[in-house]
Amino acid sequence: MPVKPMSGKLRRFGPPLLFISPSLILIGVFIYGLMGQNVWMSMTDNHTAAQANGREPISFVGLENYFGLFATEAFRHSMANLLLFTAAFLIGAMVIGFVWAWLLERPLPGGRLFQTVYLFPMAISFVASGVVWRWLLNSNQGESASGLNRLFQMVGLDFLQNPWWNNITFGILAIALPAVWQLSGYVMALFLAGFRGVPDELREAARMDGATEFQMYRMVIFPQLTPVVMSALVIIAHMSLKSFDLIMSISKPANYQTKVPAVDMFLFKSSYDYANSAAVGTVLLAVVAVLIVPYLINQYRESRR
Amino acid sequence: MTAAVSSQTPAPVRSRRPRRRPRHTAARTVRYLLLLLGLLFVLIPVYVLFVTSFKAVGDASPARAWLLPSEWTLENWRSAWGQLAPSIWRSVTMVVPSTIISAVLGCLNGFVLARWRFPGADVVFTLILFGMFLPYQAVMIPLLEMMLAMQVPNGIPSLIVLHVVFGIPITTLIFRNYFETVPEELMEASRVDGAGMLRTFWSVALPIAVPGFAVVLIWQFTNAWNDFLFAVFFSNAANGPVTLVLNNIANGALLTNYGVSMAGALLASLPTLLVYILLSRYFLAGLMSGSVKG
Repeated sequence: MPVKPMSGKLRRFGPPLLFISPSLILIGVFIYGLMGQNVWMSMTDNHTAAQANGREPISFVGLENYFGLFATEAFRHSMANLLLFTAAFLIGAMVIGFVWAWLLERPLPGGRLFQTVYLFPMAISFVASGVVWRWLLNSNQGESASGLNRLFQMVGLDFLQNPWWNNITFGILAIALPAVWQLSGYVMALFLAGFRGVPDELREAARMDGATEFQMYRMVIFPQLTPVVMSALVIIAHMSLKSFDLIMSISKPANYQTKVPAVDMFLFKSSYDYANSAAVGTVLLAVVAVLIVPYLINQYRESRR
Repeated sequence: MTAAVSSQTPAPVRSRRPRRRPRHTAARTVRYLLLLLGLLFVLIPVYVLFVTSFKAVGDASPARAWLLPSEWTLENWRSAWGQLAPSIWRSVTMVVPSTIISAVLGCLNGFVLARWRFPGADVVFTLILFGMFLPYQAVMIPLLEMMLAMQVPNGIPSLIVLHVVFGIPITTLIFRNYFETVPEELMEASRVDGAGMLRTFWSVALPIAVPGFAVVLIWQFTNAWNDFLFAVFFSNAANGPVTLVLNNIANGALLTNYGVSMAGALLASLPTLLVYILLSRYFLAGLMSGSVKG
């Protein structure tokens, strides 16, 4: 009996599909299924504990919750905070990470040690680092100052004293400081890998052409780092948009100054307002998707090439 | 070995080297100064953590904030250990199974997606990869309801499930990139010999996947140990991991005892720090794989 083409395909592609199917089912349910469920939830009037527990009916309200969210000053403040935080976090981590990588790119006695120390904050949790940063960013000034404000007094930089995260408009920038502290080493590691990927012949060629050291970097090496910059930007930006742990441990969730959407989501959930909680989650998803989807499509195209 | 040998004979090496141009030394001095500045930035919080964790309660006045303890005490460490020990153990029971299971799943996926491909494999890979960047807030509420409906107990059991599932994207990515560095011919030879996929996986892919496992296990261990978001939503101080309990110690009381919470922060960070110091090569490899192409 001739083998039907269909069964040949099955024999060839059946096993790999079987291998990957547990993960596909889990991802399909836990990520894509729940994402859809969440969008639906955000379009209901599920605002009370009774509804959340299924004791009272839920009805569809369309985009009402989204309009409601953006109409409140508090949520717009959260979004503004998120923007400020992300900008400060991105600029800080990218600049510091890049400078460290540039300084350590050529062999240097003790270079390994600097690298190891710069990268270590990546290994500890935001909650643990939040403990010490809460102390450092203590908003007291003058006599009762401790933390960084006290340090500024001790080294004669009194004018630098500030209320840190207790400032209503810019307090969130203070939280970006520990975030930068924690991730600059990561950006450095990414850039170091990028520097190492530049072929030595390129450097030699530039030197032969009589380029100065700085010209060689600016004209030859930096342009080669563009993919690293893209990766680093995407990684840091998406971490920043999801930021939650640091704010929860340094400030308190109820603090208006440092509110971001991830905190709002938690607060809504804590008061059993599941619909608004889901809506905030969807807003975050939309913001992250704008950033990630083009990146993933680009990666997909490259992997096909 | 080589370091020990060269350190015994530093003098002749130095004398043989030609004198550096002054401009070069100036540049190097600037480099070191900037690097030391970075060191200061990174180490200031570490200094505070250590010093404060050894200070007695009476030693905590603002005026003495940055000074060494007037009297070193282990009281904070004892107290922190007493409060954290049960949750540290719970974290261990959470991290070990979830790390192993998600590593195994990632290995299966990575092998198939890199070396035993099927039509649409790239689309599937991209769809899995998106899970790496997903803001978990966007699935949290239905996730709570689903776990409740499936009657997965709150606390560690729930967290194991979540770390396994949401760990799949990164473990898949790491293994896929790993298997892509393995020469195609190796698998091809096995295929020509008439071995099926399962045989090839067992006898060719798995034995060479050990370094991949090291990277994945370390990465997942660090991630799950440090997680706070899922811990907040799926556990409480009585049944949750160490991050949650540490946060309660640090933020729960009306008057924070910084000495205890800083000793606690150091205790809670010890396992991941040890992994970082002892296995930094694999730690770094996991870190780099986060940038998709590595």
